[in-house]
Amino acid sequence: MTGAGYAPARYSGQPGPQLFTVTVEIGGTPILFETSDPDFRAMIERRYSGFLNSSAAPAYRIKIQITSCAEPSDKDVQVSRRGSVWLLDRGDFQAQWDQQSRIGHVLQTANPYSLDTVIRIVHSLVLAEQGGFLVHAASALRAGHGFIFAGVSGAGKTTLARLAPPDAIVLTDEISYVRRQGNGYRAYGTPFAGELARVGENVSAPLAELYLLEQGKKNRIEPLEPLAAARALMRHILFFARDEEMVKKVFDSVMTFVSRVRISRLVFTPDERVWGLIE
Amino acid sequence: MNEKYVIRSKAVASRILGGEMVIMSAVDSTLFILNEVGAQIWLAADGQTSLSEIVKRNVCEEFEVHPDVAYSDAQEFVDALANHGIFQTSERPLSCLDQSASETP
Repeated sequence: MTGAGYAPARYSGQPGPQLFTVTVEIGGTPILFETSDPDFRAMIERRYSGFLNSSAAPAYRIKIQITSCAEPSDKDVQVSRRGSVWLLDRGDFQAQWDQQSRIGHVLQTANPYSLDTVIRIVHSLVLAEQGGFLVHAASALRAGHGFIFAGVSGAGKTTLARLAPPDAIVLTDEISYVRRQGNGYRAYGTPFAGELARVGENVSAPLAELYLLEQGKKNRIEPLEPLAAARALMRHILFFARDEEMVKKVFDSVMTFVSRVRISRLVFTPDERVWGLIE
Repeated sequence: MNEKYVIRSKAVASRILGGEMVIMSAVDSTLFILNEVGAQIWLAADGQTSLSEIVKRNVCEEFEVHPDVAYSDAQEFVDALANHGIFQTSERPLSCLDQSASETP
């Protein structure tokens, strides 16, 4: 199977099987999914239940074709571009997504993780065009402000989310969604869950601060200079495409972000007292 | 001594941040932070000005350094970044149109 050779014949306009649709809105970007498999549509509705919005006009449409024939998903995903069309390829799925027509096609098994990966990639590409990004980070909303906690696996993202006090709303414990808003940024909840195994709340808030997590013996916040912040943050940005133009856009996004948002190292010991510093 | 001409690769993104020049290779996403001298050479690397002229004009006149030492350091710097695809070098003047045919990757 190759991504380039995939021709979605059933979407050629000829009469075909009934299509079931569902719109999933993450980060204020509604994407309509179409599938002829009602069970798969039901799976999407369950998995993204807090993020469904049937009344939103879709910004993008993605048509999903389910196949029983696929390779294992243990390969790295390949993301490349031909003109305005992005090609996404991993053993368990192949997808095309045209940024101009805003229409995509996915050929995949009925595995929900395949679609989850496609959704993350599409959002990362959309955000790159808008000066935003997805970042390996937990995030939360407190007192009307968004806070992001970035770190590698084991740094404490899930721990921090688990320790969140009642007045904090967890947006995610795994993948945070950052969008430009005027001269600032906004943090959105995502359905992308980590070890917490709980989807985030579908709410958003202006971003107040981004913390780089580090476990230590005493809770403290150490502000970072933009340059150090940029170096650290680049390591946590979720980006799949090795396309030069896109890499430049992500670089510009990060450089602008660190110039406008307060970024600090949050050294913490894993108990609820750390939240006393987050306000 | 053969002249050396240096041009900035098109496959990089750069930004001045906190007074320092930050460069990222768009090919492998490697991040480089240039010191003041490196930034001067980076900004002057137009492919038309020889490295010796860049060193004379942008390094020796701005910093207290012996010309031979400055040129040797500049060559080392340029070669190191050329190995990462950040610069392209040639013994002839280069334009951005020449970039794919230049002598070093």
